[in-house]
Amino acid sequence: MKMKAVNKKMVGLFAVLLPLLVLFFYVALRSGPLAPVPVTVVTVEKKQISPVLFGIGTLEARYVYRIGSVASGRVKLITVDVGDVVHAGQVVGEIDPVDLDERMNAQLSVIKRSEAQIRSTEAQLRDAAARKKFTGGQETRYRLLLSARAVSAESVEAKHQEAEIARASASAAEAGVSAARQELASLKAEYQGLVKQRHTLLLVAPVDGLVTARQAEQGNTVLAGQTIIEMINPRSLWIDVRFDQLQSAGLNAALPARITLRSQPGHSFSGMVKRVEPLADRITEEILAKVLFTVVPEPLPPVGELCEVTVSLPPLPAFPVVPDASLHRVDGRLGVWIVEHSGLRFVEVRTGMADRDGNLQILGGLQAGARVVVYSKSALHAGSRISILNHNSKEGIQ
Amino acid sequence: MISLAGRDILHGWGRFLLTGVGLGLLIGVTLSMAGIYRGMVDDANVLIDSSGADLWVVQQGTLGPYAEPSSIYEDTYRGIRGMQGVARAANVTYLTMQVRHAESDVRAMVVGVVPGGAGEPGQPGFLIAGHHLSGSRYEVVADGKAGFALDDVVTIRRNRYRVVGLTRRMVSSGGDPMLFIPLKEAQQAQFLKDNDALLQQRRRTEANPLFNRPAVPGLLEAVIASQTTNSFVNAVLVQLKPGYDPEVAAENIQRWKRLQVYTRSQMRTILVDKLIATSAKQIGMFLVILSIVSAAIVAFIIYTMTMAKIREIAVLKLIGTKNRVIASMILQQAVGLGAIGFVVGKIAATLWSPFFPRYVLLEPGDAIRGFLAVMVISVMASILAITAALKVDPAEAIGG
Repeated sequence: MKMKAVNKKMVGLFAVLLPLLVLFFYVALRSGPLAPVPVTVVTVEKKQISPVLFGIGTLEARYVYRIGSVASGRVKLITVDVGDVVHAGQVVGEIDPVDLDERMNAQLSVIKRSEAQIRSTEAQLRDAAARKKFTGGQETRYRLLLSARAVSAESVEAKHQEAEIARASASAAEAGVSAARQELASLKAEYQGLVKQRHTLLLVAPVDGLVTARQAEQGNTVLAGQTIIEMINPRSLWIDVRFDQLQSAGLNAALPARITLRSQPGHSFSGMVKRVEPLADRITEEILAKVLFTVVPEPLPPVGELCEVTVSLPPLPAFPVVPDASLHRVDGRLGVWIVEHSGLRFVEVRTGMADRDGNLQILGGLQAGARVVVYSKSALHAGSRISILNHNSKEGIQ
Repeated sequence: MISLAGRDILHGWGRFLLTGVGLGLLIGVTLSMAGIYRGMVDDANVLIDSSGADLWVVQQGTLGPYAEPSSIYEDTYRGIRGMQGVARAANVTYLTMQVRHAESDVRAMVVGVVPGGAGEPGQPGFLIAGHHLSGSRYEVVADGKAGFALDDVVTIRRNRYRVVGLTRRMVSSGGDPMLFIPLKEAQQAQFLKDNDALLQQRRRTEANPLFNRPAVPGLLEAVIASQTTNSFVNAVLVQLKPGYDPEVAAENIQRWKRLQVYTRSQMRTILVDKLIATSAKQIGMFLVILSIVSAAIVAFIIYTMTMAKIREIAVLKLIGTKNRVIASMILQQAVGLGAIGFVVGKIAATLWSPFFPRYVLLEPGDAIRGFLAVMVISVMASILAITAALKVDPAEAIGG
């Protein structure tokens, strides 16, 4: 009876101790450095990938017109404001002409005086011509009378002298008319010069466009060359994009692009790479490019807004592809861990381009069909024990 | 031969087990404490290993980038890349900040890395989900401790980033999870002021007649633009070609580039001996106290257990049982209690370690050392009880 009680107690003790020991060995082997590393595995497939380049830039106007005065002066008038649509030739402002109008009036009077002068010289010319004609006739008549010996030679000489004087006067009068006309032309040209000068004081829109800045107001004194009105051609919006040089292989003109404005994160606009700038940024190590909208968005987004640009490259030839998470550097060699007979082997690989989802081309070192470790719960090494979770899992190990 | 100890344990096995479990929980706490210390050291080692660097190039005279702020020009790496023995060199920035996610924020160390792909210096060593930074802007690879899921959107300064990859065990020396973002954005984040501050700065610059000169159009814009750029990074991570001595390469860079360079072992010294030294000492002190307390408790338990059956021991002595048998009975019980305590402690420590906010590393070596310590303490503790038991007068068996 007593032995039975002892046996019962022993059973009770072992019923507790045994599971405790089993649990102990389980935790000793399943946790800590002795535990196998959970990994997910993917089978390498040969497929095409389409790399995507990602750039960031600002919306800029291709043509910016800065309208200013060619001479220093005071602003008399500004007729437009920021946001106004203006047309080619429209006067948007004016610089105070100071005394230019008065000088033009004076010039007009001088021109009129010059015209009167012409009329006066023309009258003199007519007078001289009449005298020249009369004295010429007298001279001819006296020469005939001399041949009939009706007058003295002296009289003929006197008539000849009169005729010569009259001819000289006529020539002088002709020259006077010509000089007066030339002077009038000169005065008129001077007047035209003043008119043109007056025109340069008008600020005129060179093209149809949109006023983006008004940098001076009525009464301000501006320097020659200083911008007063800035306008853009809204049809000429483009994006000044910067691509990291590390991630710009394959960037070319005419590639399709998607443009996302910072103010409209959920929406993207289609576009096209207009050109890749021949000069890169030396400091920021970026490639610069210009991207055009296929259709300019309405209403116009503000110039200077931040944009994200994604440029899709054409699909590359098919190569074995692995997720980039499977790539590791071990002892300076870049490669992947492949699973062979539930053991691990590190294989050095040569990598190509990657797409946006992290699919990476393997140009050498790995064949399609190999099983590659993608995610692991800790860093792997050659002797790591692994336990493979669900195959081809894209979800990862959570 | 009848095992006296076994019979005695069987007599009150429930109580014996419960005492063992109680002791075990105490040992579990001690093991966890050792695990916390190991975890801190291991975090520091992982920080060093995961950066993938053989050399750290930082500002002259600083202990950067982890222990002290350091800033060097971003194009310094070009010169370093050209030095003999250097295989790869990459800029990196570190910034500890609050990262907003949904309604809450998470304290994290934002690491700016050159998105050159996996295996480049500074990149996370392995992932548990998603993919590496693919060169797109506004992507982030986060440590799992941050509590983010794939495709979550987090806000760093004024930009929003999409979580594209998750990694593990990537924490700063302070235990904050790391977030990897492209270098350029990290540089901006490091020096980007809030919009109000920027406006204030612009106003101040505009008010300064030195910069706002009417006769020099464009000067003000140029000055403002130059105020908002950042051409600094915290460190350059260098990987060496195989066969080159890190000490020699470090010496060369230090000499010719006039910068501070640390090798792996030096960086480990900085992190372990300088950065976590105080917390490690704190934990070490606590570990010592905990060990003493555990030893004392084991001793008291054995002693009270022995005292509880002092009458039975007197009877044993009365019937002529040898002292050796009595001593071995007490010793076996003490060792048995210690063994149960250790098993329970190891299980408990392993089971609760994942719930700690920081990494707890339970090393098998520590477990073996712990087991030996528990045995030694049990033996030592039993000596007190054995002495008391041997001193007992057999007459007490009938006298009491």
